[in-house]
Amino acid sequence: MKDSKFKILVNGLITENPIFVLTLGMCPTLATTTSAINGMSMGLATLFVLVGSNVVVSMLKNIIPDKVRIPAYVVVIATFVSVVEMLIHAYFPALYESLGIFIPLIVVNCIVLGRAEAFASRNTVFRSALDGIGMGLGFTLALTLLGVARELLGTGKAFGFIVFPDQYCALIFVLAPGAFIVLGYLIAMMNKLKRPKQLKV
Amino acid sequence: MKKLSSNSLNMVSVLSGIAVLAAFTLSFVYSITKVPIHNSQTFKLESAIRAVLPPFDHFDSKPVEMLDGVEAMKVYKAYNKNNTFVGAAVEATSNNGYKGPINVLVGFDKQGVIVDYVVLDQNETPGLGSKMMNWFKTRRGNQNIVGKNPSIANLSVNKDGGEVDAITSATISSRAFLFAIRNAYFAFESNFETTSGISTIQADTTHKMLKEKIFKVNNVEKKGEKQ
Repeated sequence: MKDSKFKILVNGLITENPIFVLTLGMCPTLATTTSAINGMSMGLATLFVLVGSNVVVSMLKNIIPDKVRIPAYVVVIATFVSVVEMLIHAYFPALYESLGIFIPLIVVNCIVLGRAEAFASRNTVFRSALDGIGMGLGFTLALTLLGVARELLGTGKAFGFIVFPDQYCALIFVLAPGAFIVLGYLIAMMNKLKRPKQLKV
Repeated sequence: MKKLSSNSLNMVSVLSGIAVLAAFTLSFVYSITKVPIHNSQTFKLESAIRAVLPPFDHFDSKPVEMLDGVEAMKVYKAYNKNNTFVGAAVEATSNNGYKGPINVLVGFDKQGVIVDYVVLDQNETPGLGSKMMNWFKTRRGNQNIVGKNPSIANLSVNKDGGEVDAITSATISSRAFLFAIRNAYFAFESNFETTSGISTIQADTTHKMLKEKIFKVNNVEKKGEKQ
C-alpha cells in the first residue's frame, strides 16, 4: 500500500500530527513554547533535522546492516543537530540565547528517530523528504499554536506585539503548568475537529 | 540492491564510515561558522558595554579579571579619545539566583555612580524574577538603582535593611541581583584604586576593607533568609 505524495504531506500535518496525535517529543514542546517565536523556531529547527535525517537515512538504508541501524541513525541525526546548532549560533545569536540548551535535545526527540525508523528506512528518498517536511511542518504548526496561546494568555503579546495590557494576563500560562493546560485543550480541540471525518469513513 | 548482512565486518565498517563522514561534515561546518560565532559574541559584548556606559571612544578588550571565591568578575575600562578614563563596565555573577546564576554587566562612571546595567544571563521565573531586566532602572518607589553610588547607598533589599524595593514576590532573585551589583562595584573600586597610582600593598588593604564591607552586608542577608 503506497500512499499518494499529497497524503504523506497531510499525514504529518494533521492526521498523524506528531504533537496532537502521536504525542511524541513532549520535552521541547512543553519547554520551548513560552513565546510564539521560540516555538516556531524550535519547530523549524526540528523540521530541518527531520528532512535531513530522513533523506540521508533513506539513502543509506540498504548499506546499513540491520543490527547497527539505530546507532547509525543516531550518528546521522546528531550530525544534523550539531550543524543546526552551529548555524543558529553563528547567524541568529538572539535565537541561540533563548533556544540554546534545547537544540542539542533535538537528538533525543523521538519524532526524528521514529520517522527514520518507521518511514525513511522503508521508503524512497523523495517520499522520505516529503514525510520529513510534513512531520516537521506539523511539529512547527503545533509548537507555534502552543506558543501563541501561551504568550497571548500569559503576557498579552503575540509574536512580541502587545495585544492587550499585561494586567489582564494569567502568568501561569508562561510557566510550566500553563504548557500542560494549553496542550490539553489543543489536543481536545484537535480530536473534536477530526472526529466527524473519521465517522464518515 | 539487497540489504547488507549483519556480519561483524559489515557492521564495523559501515558504522565507522558513517562516523567519519559525520566528523568531516561537522568540522567543515565548524570551520565556516567559527568566525561568525566569535564575531557575534564580541559584538554582543561590545554593544552591552556601550549600553551601560556614558559615550566613550574605546575600551580595553582584555578585561581585568578578578576572582572572588568562585565568582569571576571582569572589569572593562573605557576611555575617551585622549585616553582619559570615562568609566568601567563590570561583568559580575551571583550564584544565589532562584534558578541558577545571574550574570550582569554594570556600568560605573568615574565616581562609581551606576550609569546603567544589563542582565546578560538569568534563568529566573519568567514574569517574576525575570523582571529584574527593567525593574531596577524604573523610577518608581525605591526600586531604582541607576544614578546611585554603591559606596554611599546601601544597595540591598529593604527586607535586609537596604534601601532598594525588591521585585514583588521575587525577593530571592532581587537579593541575588543586588549581590551581583555590589560585587561588581567591589571589583570596580578595587581596580580603580590600583590604577590611580596607589602601591600594591595599599591596594591590597583597600581590597580587604571593601571585602569586609561586602561580607558584612552578605551576612545580614543570610540571617534574613533564615527568618
